[in-house]
Amino acid sequence: MNSVPDIYRILPEVILTLTGVLVMLVDASLPPGLPRRSLGWVAATGTAVAYLASIWQLSLPVGTGFYATVETSPFTVFFHALICGIVLVALLLSLDSLPEDSHHQGEYYALVVFGAVGMCLLTAAIELLVVFIALEISSIATYVLAGYRKETARGPEAAIKYFLLGSFATAFLLYGVALIFGATGTTQIYDIANLAPSAQNHSLVLAALALMLVGILFKVSAVPFHVWTPDVYEGAPSPVVALMSTAPKAAAFALLLRVVYEMFPTLHSVWAPLLSIVAVLSMTVGNLAALRQQNVKRMLAYSSIAHAGYLLAAFAGMGNAGIAAASFYVAAYAAMNVGIFAVVTVVSGYDENLPMIQDFRGLIYRSPLLGGLLIFFLASLVGIPFTGGFFGKFYSFSAAVGGGAVWLAIIGLLNSGLAAAYYLRLAFAAAQRPSDETGLTRSYEPRAGVAVIAALLFAVAATLILGIVPGDVLHAAQTGAHTLQPPPPTATEVIGIATTQPRVP
Amino acid sequence: MAINESILTWILLVPLAGAVLVALLPDRGKLPAWLALLTSLVSFGLTLHLPAHFVLGQHGFQYEINRPWIENPAIFYHVGVDGLSLWLVVLVGLLAPVGVLASWNAIKDRRKVFYALFLVQQTAMFGVFISLDLMVYYGFWELSLVPMAILIAMYGRKDGPKAAIKFFLFTFIPSAPLLVAILWLYARTGTFDFVELRLLIDSGSMPTGALWWVALAFLFAFAVKVPVFPLHGWLADTFTEAPVAMAMVVAGKLGLYSMLRFHVGLFPVQSRAVAPILVALAVIGILYGACLALVQRDFWRLLAFAAISHLSLITLGIYGLTFTGWDGAIYQILNHGVVDAALFLLLGILETRYATSQIAAYGGLASRVPQTATLFVITSLAMIGLPMLNGFVGEFLILSSTFTGVSHGWAIAATLGVILGAAYMLWLVQRLFYGPESELAMRPAADLRLGELAVLWPLAILMLVMGLAPAIWIPSIENRIGIPALKGSTALPASSLSVSFQGEGQQ
Repeated sequence: MNSVPDIYRILPEVILTLTGVLVMLVDASLPPGLPRRSLGWVAATGTAVAYLASIWQLSLPVGTGFYATVETSPFTVFFHALICGIVLVALLLSLDSLPEDSHHQGEYYALVVFGAVGMCLLTAAIELLVVFIALEISSIATYVLAGYRKETARGPEAAIKYFLLGSFATAFLLYGVALIFGATGTTQIYDIANLAPSAQNHSLVLAALALMLVGILFKVSAVPFHVWTPDVYEGAPSPVVALMSTAPKAAAFALLLRVVYEMFPTLHSVWAPLLSIVAVLSMTVGNLAALRQQNVKRMLAYSSIAHAGYLLAAFAGMGNAGIAAASFYVAAYAAMNVGIFAVVTVVSGYDENLPMIQDFRGLIYRSPLLGGLLIFFLASLVGIPFTGGFFGKFYSFSAAVGGGAVWLAIIGLLNSGLAAAYYLRLAFAAAQRPSDETGLTRSYEPRAGVAVIAALLFAVAATLILGIVPGDVLHAAQTGAHTLQPPPPTATEVIGIATTQPRVP
Repeated sequence: MAINESILTWILLVPLAGAVLVALLPDRGKLPAWLALLTSLVSFGLTLHLPAHFVLGQHGFQYEINRPWIENPAIFYHVGVDGLSLWLVVLVGLLAPVGVLASWNAIKDRRKVFYALFLVQQTAMFGVFISLDLMVYYGFWELSLVPMAILIAMYGRKDGPKAAIKFFLFTFIPSAPLLVAILWLYARTGTFDFVELRLLIDSGSMPTGALWWVALAFLFAFAVKVPVFPLHGWLADTFTEAPVAMAMVVAGKLGLYSMLRFHVGLFPVQSRAVAPILVALAVIGILYGACLALVQRDFWRLLAFAAISHLSLITLGIYGLTFTGWDGAIYQILNHGVVDAALFLLLGILETRYATSQIAAYGGLASRVPQTATLFVITSLAMIGLPMLNGFVGEFLILSSTFTGVSHGWAIAATLGVILGAAYMLWLVQRLFYGPESELAMRPAADLRLGELAVLWPLAILMLVMGLAPAIWIPSIENRIGIPALKGSTALPASSLSVSFQGEGQQ
């Protein structure tokens, strides 16, 4: 049986929870006037430790804990490390960009860390109710963070919109869970994988799949469940957008991989074409809408919808190739998207008085470093070789070609050509000669402290490593993909209600 | 010898290291320019090592390196040169210092960004010419777009960003099918290696139907890059807006080389089938470019349409599918590189001195700036294809091989285009330098400076040497990996060809 103590299976989550609680308690006990900035460093340290803990989990034997509700495997470690990395960078970014006198800084840092708990748990959970709880933990934190700038009208609007639509989508997911429980009598993912093919009511299984897909595709902002994205990204503070456009999506994609490849592998012929269609819609609609945007954050919001599409193209791939490609793309996308939002945060500041593309005019003259970084991350989003974005697209589309969907790869690549148009608009605005009437005037001085520089450095390093020597990360993604394959049915599981029994891997 | 094994890597790394150095050091005065000059001279010196130690008569690629880079998918760092790419690498090396000197006074602000990107562009160009792994090749091919696009946006004369987006999209979108085609080949064969793929495709084990699409995707991407008529929409704007140095490094070479190496070289059967269409398009391009060049008012646009005409001539040489035609095409790529560089430099100098690119504003400059006029006339004559200058050699080889190997009709039509070429160039010379003295000519303006002379005279001498002694180049050009010559006079021995040809040149 399981020789590993259960607590080790959720060590990163435990560390993150303790950090969050600590931050919250200290915040409550500090006198009101005192600056809360150091709490950010506490949160960042806790996240870094959680990162190390998740790497350490690799030394554990692959297996489950807490009555087969959570799992540790190279797959979960890959996503844990990714999420902790993103959260760490987002925290560093926030440290320098939140105003000193902001009242709720303590809560902010605590919420970011609690959100991370939910996301990590989401990737580790192999029991649908735990999945649901994890999803709610991460979502509630993000809802609140989206509305952090209460002083503007857009902040609360973003939060409300995100909250209402988000809860609606989660309800779909929950309904799907209920139906699959009805069909198979269990909510444990491995058991469902074994029981679903022989379920008496096949249409119930299909309905469950469809409902769960709706819930998850909402979280990754795929078309047609994307309408919330631009408004929420525009209203939320930039460092929060850096976080919420990457980490929850990474977690949601991990869940999607689990649901389709591990829970319903036999329904490949159903979900693969469905996801391909969603992929094409997402990239096309995302790119076309982005072309018309003048606001940088809205443009990047549509761009993230398009990237969800490129990523979904990987799901056309067969088994391991598709999973590995999708995991790699999530990492590449996270690195470059966090990077670009970090640059946007530094350029336009917390108040965002420079929201438009034209406002970036002359950036490369006013601050060559920021301008260079902006162009670098945009090049990666375009998919220029020797950046992470290139290999992300490369693996994703190779998986599609390998799975026989050449048309999907062609549409995807034509779309990346289309996307180049709006990325370039921003890049060229930054490269244009500045004028003193619009954009960055002579008096412009970007605010960049140690933490922001560290955050940018992480993002640049990650994007470059993924673009020049992707071998190691790809290897990790492939090892993860291997462990996501459904296990062969065992005698105990066929009995049915296995949720309360410890499972032997 | 150890240096022979690592030389190509050094050629790739030196400009890149230079770019990083330029980016890290402060942007003070001419420091970036000096650094870029130094780097480009070093890399030019390194490229000269290639022809010096090139072994004639040895089959296959030389200076080859083949090391695994990424395990899955199996991407190898596989580089090497043969007769096709050998001189192109040297040409890129030569144009680098020329480009730096051309920008010496023309680029007045943000030198750091300019020279760093210029050097990155060098690396990308070298990479395209030496990569033998399709993925690595594709990587450099895409990378070569970025610095160019940014620099057009930054230094555009009128509407930089618009021209830059046009340039980028025109060349980026066709590379989407190219990448899918490469991925398909990989999914089918498990390799990106040019040499292995060539053997596999030759053996006929691939499904021909799908191979057709793959070959077309390759061709499309290259044809836009050349550009072949009617895909030339981006060129005129790019020539008008791009900084002089960038325009002259980029024009033509990448697309034409790729056609020979990766389309004709990889898909002989498919390229034979589409060759008649491309011959027709090339002849149309020659005439169309020449006719439009005749009516341009702006000399950058004139140069752009002249380039379409000349690049189409080279395309004709490639898709004539004769051995002689390929010799001529490769030689003409080199000629075009040298002559175009000189023309870009001279027109750039005129534009900075007189602050206009409208031809009508000029006239009667010859007596004021005799040095400029002399060099301009030499370069124009080389471009027209006057015997004893380099343009003649390439044009002769291409046209004669078309006459004997393709059809008399196309050869005659193409020759008509060459005559038109003489017309627009000589008319340009006449309108700029001769005739009644314009208001512009009255203005005091310096003739060529020492630095400018130091670049232009060597180029002019090179044109003369390439015109008189093509035997220096032709044998090594012919030492390329075998593309089966498909019709016409099959593989002539190198010596007989160049001897018979020198006879023509010295009449």
